Amino acid sequence: MGMWLFIFTELFLFGGLFLVYAIFRAKYTEDFHEAALELNTFIGTVNTVVLLVSSMTVAMSITAIQKGEKGRAIRLLLATIFLALIFMVNKYFEWGHKFEYHIYPGSPVLVNMPKGELLFFGLYFMMTGLHALHVLVGMVLLAVTIRQISKNKVRSDHYSLHENSGLYWHLVDFIWIFLFPLLYLVT
Amino acid sequence: MSESEKQVQESYLEYKGKYRGILGWLLSTDHKRIALLYLYAIIIFFFTAAVLGLLMTIEKANPGQDIMSAQTYNGLFTIHGVIMIFIIVIPGLAAVFGNFALPIMIGAKDVAFPRLNLFSWYLFITGAILGLLSQFMGDGPPDTGWTFYVPYSAESSTNVIFALTAAFILGFSSILTGLNFIVTIHRMRAPGMTWFKMPLFPWALYATAWIQLLATPIVGITLLMVIAERVMQIGFFDPALGGDPVLFQHLFWIYSHPAVYIMILPAMGVVTEIFPTFSQKPVFGYGAIAISSLAIAFVGYFVWGHHMFTAGISYWSRWFFSFLTFIVAVPSAIKVFNWISTMYGGSIDLKPPLLYAISFIFLFMIGGFTGLTLGSLAPNIQLHDTSFVVAHFHYIIFGGMGFAFLAAIHYWFPKIYGRMYNNRWANISWGFLFGGFNLLYFPQFIIGIQGMPRRYFDYLPQFQYGHMLSLIGAVILIAGLVMMTVNLIHARRKGAIAPANPWKGVTLEWQIPSPPPVENFEEIPTITRKPYFFGKND
Repeated sequence: MGMWLFIFTELFLFGGLFLVYAIFRAKYTEDFHEAALELNTFIGTVNTVVLLVSSMTVAMSITAIQKGEKGRAIRLLLATIFLALIFMVNKYFEWGHKFEYHIYPGSPVLVNMPKGELLFFGLYFMMTGLHALHVLVGMVLLAVTIRQISKNKVRSDHYSLHENSGLYWHLVDFIWIFLFPLLYLVT
Repeated sequence: MSESEKQVQESYLEYKGKYRGILGWLLSTDHKRIALLYLYAIIIFFFTAAVLGLLMTIEKANPGQDIMSAQTYNGLFTIHGVIMIFIIVIPGLAAVFGNFALPIMIGAKDVAFPRLNLFSWYLFITGAILGLLSQFMGDGPPDTGWTFYVPYSAESSTNVIFALTAAFILGFSSILTGLNFIVTIHRMRAPGMTWFKMPLFPWALYATAWIQLLATPIVGITLLMVIAERVMQIGFFDPALGGDPVLFQHLFWIYSHPAVYIMILPAMGVVTEIFPTFSQKPVFGYGAIAISSLAIAFVGYFVWGHHMFTAGISYWSRWFFSFLTFIVAVPSAIKVFNWISTMYGGSIDLKPPLLYAISFIFLFMIGGFTGLTLGSLAPNIQLHDTSFVVAHFHYIIFGGMGFAFLAAIHYWFPKIYGRMYNNRWANISWGFLFGGFNLLYFPQFIIGIQGMPRRYFDYLPQFQYGHMLSLIGAVILIAGLVMMTVNLIHARRKGAIAPANPWKGVTLEWQIPSPPPVENFEEIPTITRKPYFFGKND
């Protein structure tokens, strides 16, 4: 229950950003449309698929631990962390690509863009940045879970840590499901 | 006596666990010890901020510059506000007395997540220290006021980032405490204690915890956005970059108005415990008080716009927010009537806690009515950003939450330390506090109506009499605070040993020894009766 409540607060944290997004989108509809064209929908889609699959592997590993299959649970968690890494690497290239075009917060190119596009990229970096931070936290949580499983602290009769990190991971996925259409698909 | 039995018997103050000495406190996960850690930290910060407040009052004793420059004055009211609001008043009652009394009152051995509880304290201390560091690092103390309004907070050359980060971390600590309490109240009530057999202080904490949980993240993200604006020039709030400064005010008050209810709801909970105990009579309108806490929490979410009547929001939203501001006064009034009806016909025992609780009602009502004055659209135009506002929120925050905090100290002191304080000195220092408080803040109402702006270090000569009265009041108030503290410290050391139930209270915390044993209860009690059952026909 604690984790569910914590997820509530996380949703409100992002909720604040979504609110800002909604307001500026309403104000600068055209600019948001233009700016979103610049984002690479392909990488975005790949990352969405990657995260969705990783949510599946986490759910599977929880089922595995419930059945007492320790090795499989660990392998599935490792797969999840691997997928998370792929996500981060993709993200790295995507951001790197933006930087090549001198699109980063405070850059002269960005400052001279229309107001709406400027705000769009501000939101883009803030939202995906905060989300990436959550991916990192999620990876750490999953790694801790693996360690606890191998020490037999997390077992088929005692797996709330596993379940909680799984829940947290689903949250990370869930937020991305909203970020993806709002940032990449609004074209 | 077996080892485990001994553990149950031993008082939490004496208990020696895995760690000895000071580490036994700093690494303790016992909710009672954590409560005292909060208490000591809060007292230290409170005196710091109170002295800063006194300095500001001295500065204003005469028109023109007296003891400090305008910039220093700006820094002082900022740090005074940040400490008082984020470090003392928001966590105050919930973290100190909530931690101490909540698990005992619902018949639990501890909160749901004891380690998380300790972690919240460390976050709290980290935030508090960062707040202090902001004074000494970088380019001078922040001078934005505790509200951090953009665009100034994004442009000021002073060390605003530290203060913003401090507020963010303190908010996170507050979220975790709220989360802990919600789970505790849901999961750990003693067998037989249904929701409507729960005492009312836990009810108030429950409503508070939901606000902490749901409102704090908004201000968290808002402060992050201001930091992003300062560090990376992401202009969410900067018109030059397409942003909107009024948006900041919205986001800020979406949290910070509910935060007022984070402050006042536990205060209401405390006095709701005190009135039945010292009247020896069940609380009047139990259900109404419990539900009105939730109602205040709920409606409190939708009144933030009343801070922005002069900021250029639309006619209809002003109308709407003003209306809701009046609505939120209704559940507060319900509580006031219930407290008074609780005393009616009871056998009243005017001990210090009740004295503080009654003055709470008095001061809270003045604060509440002036709040309605400010919530009406026409007077607001005249009174916005005057010292009338300053007086109003000090009546609510200090007169309300502050006096409830003092009431709570005097109420639970014998339980916390197992010692009694000197009643006579407690009463005398109450007199100083109450008199000094009114003398300090009431003149601010009057000169506020006459046009004295807030946050100004200089003023026209006609306001001098008001500031002079305030200064006298402030000195009396500080004297009262010192007297009270000395009395309590003396009681802690040399006070008479307190019995388990000095006030003849009926809630669970009075049914166990003072100070409570480590595990609170030898055996978890089973609850069969309503709370506040004084064994008479009612």
